[in-house]
Formats: sequence, structure tokens, C-alpha cells
Amino acid sequence: MKNALIVGISDYKLAKDPQVLATYALGSCVGICLYDPEARVGGLSHIMLPDSVQFARQEINRMKFADTALPDLVAEMERMGAQRRRLKAKIAGGAKMFEVQAGSTIGTIGDRNVASVKSVLQELRIPILAEDTGSNYGRTVFFNLETGIMKVQALSRDVREY
Amino acid sequence: MENYEQLNDLQIDVLREIGNIGAGNAATALATMLDEKVDISVPKVRITDFDTAVNALGGAETLTVGVLVNFMGEATGMIMFLLRMEDARNILQILVGGDPEESGELDDLKLSAIKEIGNILGSSYINSIATLTGMSIQISIPYIAIDMAGALMSVPVIEFGSVGDKVMFIEESFIAEDNQLNSNVIMFAEMETIKTIMERLGIEG
Repeated sequence: MKNALIVGISDYKLAKDPQVLATYALGSCVGICLYDPEARVGGLSHIMLPDSVQFARQEINRMKFADTALPDLVAEMERMGAQRRRLKAKIAGGAKMFEVQAGSTIGTIGDRNVASVKSVLQELRIPILAEDTGSNYGRTVFFNLETGIMKVQALSRDVREY
Repeated sequence: MENYEQLNDLQIDVLREIGNIGAGNAATALATMLDEKVDISVPKVRITDFDTAVNALGGAETLTVGVLVNFMGEATGMIMFLLRMEDARNILQILVGGDPEESGELDDLKLSAIKEIGNILGSSYINSIATLTGMSIQISIPYIAIDMAGALMSVPVIEFGSVGDKVMFIEESFIAEDNQLNSNVIMFAEMETIKTIMERLGIEG
């Protein structure tokens, strides 16, 4: 998979067919693939935290949070020719990497990230066509803007395509 | 002082020194556990961004063993000990025997041994903070996961996302029986904890 455009942690990128977007090693983070099949414009966001509300007083990286990253990405995709009503989403990640003691709040962040991504997408009226989330392992995502296919790779597991 | 980015040079030196003392304690503890003389390299302590730390481990997708320890009490944070799978197999050969070339998953005995090393390293660093500052700090049991380096390292980054995007990254090599163990430790503490450490040590903010 050469020449994929790499999306870092707390980052997003957008491009057109035939570009491939990729993000490595999603743990509790969530990768969100947005695609307009007609304009063949796609974006991939790698969010780290569910919402930016508790950081309202600070200068923040808007690409870090689901509630700020996704509306920003959609706006940029629209400027590249996508239309919001045509956008479809596929999401991956949100794992619980360490099996910690019951009752600890640590380890629930993956679930909270996935829940927040879903509610933000619902507000944006973008349907989720596929999800590969939860469980306890890291995932790498390749998003092909020619086909709109999201490919999910994990260590010692079969590659899955959505 | 709201996040790690705002630490000044003197404060970073203090954290670095805590890392150095912790690494020394860890070598002593490892020597006892291995019943071998353990030499350590001078630890490299950096306050760095996430990508630099991940690349030091060989990249985001490198198969890595992570042992996570939480600490709480007068100091709150997390320490994660990271070891490339190949290094884990090397040290396991010293600890429990077996073929370092073997592949496949680690059995329970081997997982416990790695967990214990993580536990020792984590406690060594925490002890260095507690000893220097007189703070009372408790640590959790160790938790282990084997996965992509990036996915493991993101865990403390996420839990302490509010302290900024920088991580305290300590690299050191332990040498025992001609085997070199390259250990990487990332440490996260809440800003309140960092502030208390500086106060106790009389370092101006």
C-alpha cells in the first residue's frame, strides 16, 4: 500500500479518488472514514477523545475530539466538492487495550469514543454503513477513495474489508 | 503551568533526574530478580511528542509488549513499560528458559514474568519520586497487553490527554549475561502532581 496519505493521531486528512488514506494503530482512538461516492471525495479522521467540552477554556487541537473534528472535516470536504447529504461513514477502533480491574474508569474511553462518534454523525445526519469497533486489539485502517472500501488490519488477524 | 509544553528547562531537568534515579533503582531490582549482574546504560530521558516516542519503538505497528501501572495517592498518573517482542523473548530466556527463536503467543508463565518486570520498573520510578519528594504514592497491580506499539502507547496519552500532547519517554538498556534489554518507559502524571513535585523540591514554576 504505497503512497497512502498518512493520518496521524488527533489528525484528519481528505482527498479525492484515487488516493488511499491510512491511519496506523488505532487503540482506544476511533478512525472515521467519510465518503461521497458521487464526488469521490473522502476524509479520514483519527480522534482521541469523545468531546472537547471540559477543555473549553484552553486552546485545543480541534482534530483531537469527535465533536470538533467531524464537523470541521465535513466542512472541508464540502469545500472539496462533497455534499453532506451524500456522505456515508465507516468507523473502526475504540478498543479496550488493557483488561483493568472492574470499577476503574480507565479502559472505558474506547466505548465512550465510539458512542460520541455515533452521536456526532447522527447530528450531522451521516449514516454509518459499517463498523469494526470494540474488543481488545489495535487496528490499522486503509481507506480507498476509488472504491470507498475501508480495510482493517490487526496483528495476527485476517484483514477485513467493508 | 497547564501542560507539559509549558515546563521550563529546569523543570524538565528535574523530571529527567527522577527518570535517572528510577532507572538506577530498576537495574538494582532487576539484578536481584535475575540473580545476575545488570549493567545499565545512561538513561535517555526525553519530553517528546507522541510520534517521536512511537518511532523510537520501531513504528506504530511494531509488535510490542506493554505493561501498564497506575499510580495514585498524592501523585496521580500512569507508567507504561514497553518492550519489543524480540526483546521480551530474550529476557524471558534468562528468566524462565526456553528458545528465544520460538514464535507464537507467550504462555501464562511468560506473561507473568514480563508483568513482574514491568511492575519492578514501574515501582522503581515511583519510588524515586516518593523518596525525593516525601509524597505518599500507591501503585496498582500491573496490566499487560501485547499489540501494536501505537495502540498501546495511546492509552496513557488518552487518559491524560488534558496535560498536552507531550510524553515523558525514558529509554535505557539493561545488559545481563551478554543479553541487552532495551526498555522504554513512558510516564504520565497529572499537572497537579508535577506541580507538587516541583514545590516539594523547591523548584520555582
